[in-house]
Parts: sequence; C-alpha cells; structure tokens
Amino acid sequence: MKPREISVTVNAKHYRSEVPPRLTLLDYLREVLGLTGTHAGCEHGVCGACSVIFDGQPIRSCLMFAIQADGHEVETVEGLAGADGGLSPLQDAFWEAHALQCGYCTPGMLMASHALLRANPDPTEDEIKEAIGGNLCRCTGYQQIVEAVRLAAKRMREADPEAGPEGNKDRVDE
Amino acid sequence: MSSEAPEGRRFRYVSRKRRTKEDRRFIAGQGRFVADISLPGMKHVALVTSPHPAARIEAIRTEEALKIEGVLAVITGEELARATDPLMSGLNLPDVRRFPLAVDRARYAGEWVAAVVADSRYIAEDGAELVEVDYDPLPFVVDAEEAMNEDAPAVHPAHGTNVLYQRKFVYGAVDDDFAAADHRLAFRACWGRSSTVPIETFGVLAEWHPGTGILDVWASIQMPKYPEQIARALRLDANCVRVHYDVDVGGSYGVKRGIKHTVLVGYLARKLGCPVRLIEDRLENMTGGDAHGPERIFDVEAAFNGDGEIRSLRIRALDNVGAYAGRAPLQLAKPIGAIVGPYRINSVEYEAISVTTNKTVQEAVRGFGQSPTNFAIETAVDKIARALDLDRVEIRKRNFIRKDEFPYTIPSGSEYDSGDYLTVQDKVLDLADFPALLARRDALRAEGTLAGIGISSCLEPSGGNAAFEPLFNPANETTTWMESCVTKIDLAGTVTSIMATASAGQGHETLVATVTAEELERDPDGIRVVRSDSLASLPSNSPVASRMAIMLGGAASGAAKILKRKLIDIAAHNLQLPADRLVYEGGNVAVRDDPGKKLAWDELVEIAHRKYHQMPLGMEPGLQASYVWEVPKGGELPDADGRVRMYPCYSFEAHIPLIEIDRDTGQVKILEYFIGHDCGTMINPDIVHGMVYGGIAHGIGAALYEIFAYNEDGQLLTGTFMDYLLPSVHEIPDIKMVDHSTPSPLTSMGQKGTGEGGYLGAPAAVASAVNDALAPLGLELDALPMRPGDIEALLRTKSG
Ligand code: FES
Ligand code: FES
Repeated sequence: MKPREISVTVNAKHYRSEVPPRLTLLDYLREVLGLTGTHAGCEHGVCGACSVIFDGQPIRSCLMFAIQADGHEVETVEGLAGADGGLSPLQDAFWEAHALQCGYCTPGMLMASHALLRANPDPTEDEIKEAIGGNLCRCTGYQQIVEAVRLAAKRMREADPEAGPEGNKDRVDE
Repeated sequence: MSSEAPEGRRFRYVSRKRRTKEDRRFIAGQGRFVADISLPGMKHVALVTSPHPAARIEAIRTEEALKIEGVLAVITGEELARATDPLMSGLNLPDVRRFPLAVDRARYAGEWVAAVVADSRYIAEDGAELVEVDYDPLPFVVDAEEAMNEDAPAVHPAHGTNVLYQRKFVYGAVDDDFAAADHRLAFRACWGRSSTVPIETFGVLAEWHPGTGILDVWASIQMPKYPEQIARALRLDANCVRVHYDVDVGGSYGVKRGIKHTVLVGYLARKLGCPVRLIEDRLENMTGGDAHGPERIFDVEAAFNGDGEIRSLRIRALDNVGAYAGRAPLQLAKPIGAIVGPYRINSVEYEAISVTTNKTVQEAVRGFGQSPTNFAIETAVDKIARALDLDRVEIRKRNFIRKDEFPYTIPSGSEYDSGDYLTVQDKVLDLADFPALLARRDALRAEGTLAGIGISSCLEPSGGNAAFEPLFNPANETTTWMESCVTKIDLAGTVTSIMATASAGQGHETLVATVTAEELERDPDGIRVVRSDSLASLPSNSPVASRMAIMLGGAASGAAKILKRKLIDIAAHNLQLPADRLVYEGGNVAVRDDPGKKLAWDELVEIAHRKYHQMPLGMEPGLQASYVWEVPKGGELPDADGRVRMYPCYSFEAHIPLIEIDRDTGQVKILEYFIGHDCGTMINPDIVHGMVYGGIAHGIGAALYEIFAYNEDGQLLTGTFMDYLLPSVHEIPDIKMVDHSTPSPLTSMGQKGTGEGGYLGAPAAVASAVNDALAPLGLELDALPMRPGDIEALLRTKSG
C-alpha cells in the first residue's frame, strides 16, 4: 500500500508526514516522531502502556493507525512538562509518592490520570481507580500511583481553588 | 531525628524519606528502554514459530519470504547451530542441547524455528508469514507426571529420560522424628505455571564492529554472567562482547534472561554487517520468550505433636521446566536455603525432581522457586492447625524461631542471621486489630457470605552466593557471587559512583547514592550514579536473589569508606597529626580537640588532584576507589549430604488478608490486606514499601488469576493479556503495612533484601484465606491459581 500524507498536532506542534497506512499511531509517535516516551506493552489494547490523549480523550495508540490521526490532536507524556521543562504537578506527585519502579507503565498512567484530573479536579478514590483501571502496572501494586494522583489533585486544587473541570464533561472512559 | 541502625548507628540519609534518583527521568518520558534505542541502518527481526508441541522439521522454504522488498535474510536453526555453541544449562546435561532456533526438532508450540530480518518489524512479520516449514508432528507430553512414565514421549531422546534432575536430600533424623511424633498428615499442593510477565517484553539490539572485533549489546536484561554466556555461545572471547548497562529495563522480576535472543541477534549483526534489533511482541514473549515460571506438584507429609510442635516434613517437589533446561531447574534448589520457613522444624526430607515436557521453557521468577515452596510449607502449617483445632496464629507462634536463637542453623545447613518473628507477627495483628477483623469475618459469615482470613509468614532469603549451583551441579564450583562499585571524587569535588548492572525498577541508583552519601556524609542529591559497560566494569552478578541492597550496598559502602580513609590520611599528613586525633564531619576533617583547625573538603580534594607534594608519601594521586564485596559467609561448597550455607540474610514478613468469595461466580474479593515486614535497615522506605506492595499484587495474581494454561493438544491457551490475567488496580486492595527492623549483623548498614518478599508470602496468604472461607463447608482447595471457575466448581460439589 502506498504511503499517505497526514498532518497531526502532537503536544501543540504540527507535523506533516508520509506514512504507510498500516503504521500504528504508537509506532508513528515512537519511530517517526522520535517520541519514545509512549510505550508498547501488548499491542492488543489491554495494558494501557501506549495511552495518549487524542482530542482530549485518553486512548490506546496501539489500536489506532497513524492515518486515523490525520487532522487530530495528540498529547503524549513529553507534553506534560511546562515550556521551561518544569514538571507538571501530576508528574511531581508521581515522583514525591514514588508511584513507579521500572517506569515502563508510567507514561500511560500519567496520561490516563492527566485526562482524569483535567475533567475532574477532585476525584474520589474510586474515580481514580476507574481512570487507571485499564492501565496495567506490574511493579507497584498501584498503591503509590493512586496516592500520587490523590496528592496531585489536592495540590492542584490548593494552587488554584477556582479550577473546575475543563473540556468535555461527558467524557466517556474507555 | 535519626533512624536507628545496628549498634545504635545514627543515619543521616539512610532510612529517610527521599525522592529517588531514577523516577525523574521516567515521569518525563525520558527513560531509555531498549526499544528506544535505534542505530543508523538498523534492521529488525520477526520470528517463525512452531505450531506443534513436538515435530520433526523436515524442510524450511525461504524463497517467498526473501522475495519481499525489504527482507534481508531468513536464517534457520541449522545455520545457527553450525555457527554457535549450545546455550548454557544450569545442570550438567550434555544431551539436552539448546540453540536459539530449533534444530531438526521443535519441542514446544511457539518455539522459534526461523528468524526473518528486514528493514522494519512490519516487513519482517510479512516475511515470517511466507516462510514455509514442513513439519512431521511427533508424540508429545505436557504433564510432568505423565512425562515421568517409562513410555512417555521423550522430549530429548538423546538424554534418554524426561527426568533432568532427581535427588532426595535428608536433613536430620527424619524417620525418627516421624516415628516419635504424635500425628502425621499428608497432602498434595499444586502451583500453577505463572510468571512475572513484565509490561515491557524482552528486547535486544546488537552491533558488530569488524574494525575492533567488538559486539556491542543493548538489552532489557537481568541475567548473571550475561556477557560471558553470549560470548561463549557465539564462540567469541569474552572481551569481544560489550554489554551496555545504561539501558532501563521495563520490569523483569527474574525472567529477563535473554540469552537465546542475544545470541541470535549477535550472530545476525555479525553476519549481515548491520545493527540488528529484536523486540518481542507480546505473543512471541508469552509463547516463546523467557516468559514462564515454575509449575510444581508438592506431595507433603508432616509430623507434629498434639501441642502443635512441627517436628519434621517430607516434601517431594516435582517441577515441570518445559522443553529445555536453562537455569530453571535450579529453582528447586534455592528453597533448600529456607526449607523450614521461619519455624523450628527439626528435620526435613526434600526430594527435588525436574522434568522436561513439551511446554515453553521455564525461566527464573522472583524468589527463584521460594514462593511455591513457601506456599507448600504454609499450607502444611494451616492443615496442622486445622487438624489439631488450633488457632493458625497460635501454631505459628509456637513454632517460630525465637529472637534469642539467632544465628540459627536450619537442618539443611543455612544459617538465619537475625529476626524477631513474634514481634513482627504481633505488630501486624495489632495493625489489623485482629479481634475486630475476626468479628468482621464472622459478621460476614452470619450474613451468609463466604469470608475468610489468611495467615501466612515467610522468609525472604537474600544476598545469596548461588550455592545452589554446586549443589545441583557439582561440576560447577561457584562459591561467590560478588558485586562491585567504583566511586570517585573529581577535581571539582563532586562524587560519582559507577555500578556494573542494569536495573529494572529496583532503585539501585538511589541505593548507591544513599549509601555513598551516608558514608561520605555528603548530600545524596549531589551524587551521580552511572552504569558502565561490561568491558569497562568490575564484576557484577546482576540484581537477582534480593541481593543488591546487601551486595551493591556493601560494595558502595566499601568504596566510600576507602575514600573517607584517604581524605583523613591526607588531612593527617597536612595537619601533622595522627589520624586518631582527627574527626571526619560532612567531608571536612578537623582536629578533635581543636575543631577550628581543619581541612575542608575542597582543600582535601585540591591536594589529592593537584598537589602531589602535599600528599602522604606513596599515596596514589586522585580520589578513586573500587570495592568488590564477597557474599557474607559465602565461600563454602555443599557437603556430601547436600548441606550448604546458601543465603546470608533473611527478611521476614507476616501477611493477613481478609477475603470474601462470591458464591455464584467463585470470584474472590480481597477486602483487607495487612502485612508486617522486616528487612532490617531500610535504605529508602518508599522503595521498600513499593516493592512489597508490588510483590503482593504479583502474588495475588499468582494466587487467583494467572496461569499459562495448555490444552490437550499441547497449545498454550493464554498467550495474550486477554487470557493471561494480570491484576489491575481493581483486583488489588489497599495494603496496610507495618515496618519492623531487625538489622542484619552481616551487612554494611544492617540491611537485608526486599524485592521478593511480598510475592513470597502473598500466594500462601490468599490461599489460606480462601481455605478459611471454605472451611465451614468442609471444602479445601490446594491448587493455585484459584480462579473463579475452580472455586465455583468446588462449591457446586457441595450444593448439588
Ligand atoms: S500496548 Fe496498547 S494497550 Fe497495550
Ligand atoms: S512501574 Fe513498572 S510496570 Fe509500572
């Protein structure tokens, strides 16, 4: 099959690329754009290691083709930090709570939690678990991850008490 | 506030809350995993695998595959076997030969038969689909007991039998103890084939440089003596293989052994003259990678008295290692180092049988065989309690080795260094508010719910000297399992430590920085920890056997102490005072009774790096030290009866879960989980706690969900994450943990190992809880995993 031209916005940067139609979005991010923060764990939609945010929604980039992202907007772990390279409150909370060990599931966990906190700044424990329920971690037993998301939510609320849910409120979780 | 240490040592940095060194790069998406590394001109590998559990390979046709644009080469087992030597085995089995690709005969469904190299992984997979293999299916066997039958199909006909290892060890007066005991009981307990299943599959990239004759290797690896094994199989000198340890490993917990993968890509890189990368996909990983763990049948007999005193055990462990030997059979040997658990059991008979079958090859799994054995021992303790109508907590109390009995030598020869099992158990009972927990269970039962409390304790042998190698293979006289660290203070006064291994989430950089900081009294945040490559480094034995806090920690301490001594000597020389009149404080050296008189860190560094004329006579210039640490109390071979000192340090845990079982579905829900934990001095509490939580989650998986299941056709049924069920956050309860510290007298700071314990105790604890829930119905289940279907089928035997 002939390569197709796509134009995609990733972490607010615009890219124009020629890609084979069967290239997954995951491989596009990693191999074509060099954004290797997004990881492959199963490539069949179960582990969530490849989670990115697609037009505001968390999705699994292993289950999508790059050409389906044509004209859309993608956010990856590389986009979480501020322009100055400073960590986001969520990233910082992951560090503080030691919410990771090998770090392999971490970008997916961060993206799933990031989408949660954007939509719901004050999630309950069950809502946190729901948000990361499709992301497998073999190292941590999840405890410090849940703690980190809770900590991030608290700090973000303290820093900006006015903040409300942003984006699409009737967001559907995968 | 300082933390306590052995002999009242007070710590500045050790045991304190501190952010880890490693996490920062991962949360920014800047880990460097093997799949993130690409080299110009790099090619990719996909594998052709056998669909049959046993078959003769009649012919392999590669022409169609080679016609695809972008396919470079297809290689077969025959070609590879001509150019390489067989992979090393843990046992002495000259007729059980293994190569990365099957030669003549495939021995399990999923075994690699040919490899396709192409411009991209996509194209390599296209090529793999077009490789045609003619198979002549052969009889096969997947069940370990059937494999032992005389007329069973031979997995390795040249070896003559499917039994790879069988030996009965008798430790102490077993027959006498059985004869003298008031009671005995016998049972069978089964441990299903599960494993560690990291989220990152295995991957390796190799590049051959003809100009230097060096093979560069980047891999997702956790394998002792990895460079030497690759070199040997590739018929290269060991100093021709350079393994780069600065690769982040996306989880391993034992399995990432990667020898066959590396030999394959090493060969390809050399043959094709370009860098070659193999990243397993999930199916390749689960069916033909280093994926599977122990699968064991335990037949246990216990002899005990009416008061609950356990006098003796007879344990027969039959392990199905799959189609080749590797290091896996040694997983039957390690448990000998803790064969009586935390109990004063006078004698033990242990028969270890390793059997080959037409299943995927077993690899090392967290605890190296200790978790299944612990499950068998704890099941015995629970059954004895039930037989005597004795409380399960009480029976453990009565049999625990007491605090004042350490060091305690067990019948099989290992010496437990230290412990306070009663206190740890008391602490976790308090944490759980045990009377209230019992009341809650009983209230649930009164409502008609099947509820149960699990009790288990476990030891985590740590820091071992691999004495199981000579025990099972006398041709191998390994009695050390050393670890090294190099530390230097540069001209600018900053400190860098160098380790010689990759890590898979255990926090070794934090470990080294914390320990070095503690010894040198410098801020750990300013200490850099890097990883060398295998040619530039001193020996390492990789992070296996819960050993790094002990061994790498000990090596880092040793190197830092040399530097500290050197700084003091330089000061003594320049202050013209004997060293014992000086004090080292925060890197500065001052006169004890005249603290104003001192040489500061920067001055001392300046002297060492620039002013040789101010150095003590004969002292090496600069500030650098290397230290290679031997396993404490290592160095002994097993005696003729198989008694051997196997591990120096023993951590302890006591687990208490509360569960309920859905009567209709058989689904187990864990309502509470409490754990008391003692790994001596904790270097970094967050890391210790994280590994315990993660280990428990892993153990819950092994207890309730995870299995590499096979059907009668010898096909693996659970090769994806849809069928092999890793616990998600929904299956894992909040774990409540209480710490205790009984420092080890053998280590630099009183530390012991901690990476395995959660996993070593959790399966037994969950099984204990399930059986407590089933007990009122008069039912028992002694096979893991206890999946909903298994429990539901058992419940049906009662209802209908
Ligand atoms: S890699 Fe996409 S869900 Fe696992
Ligand atoms: S941190 Fe290793 S898989 Fe989650």
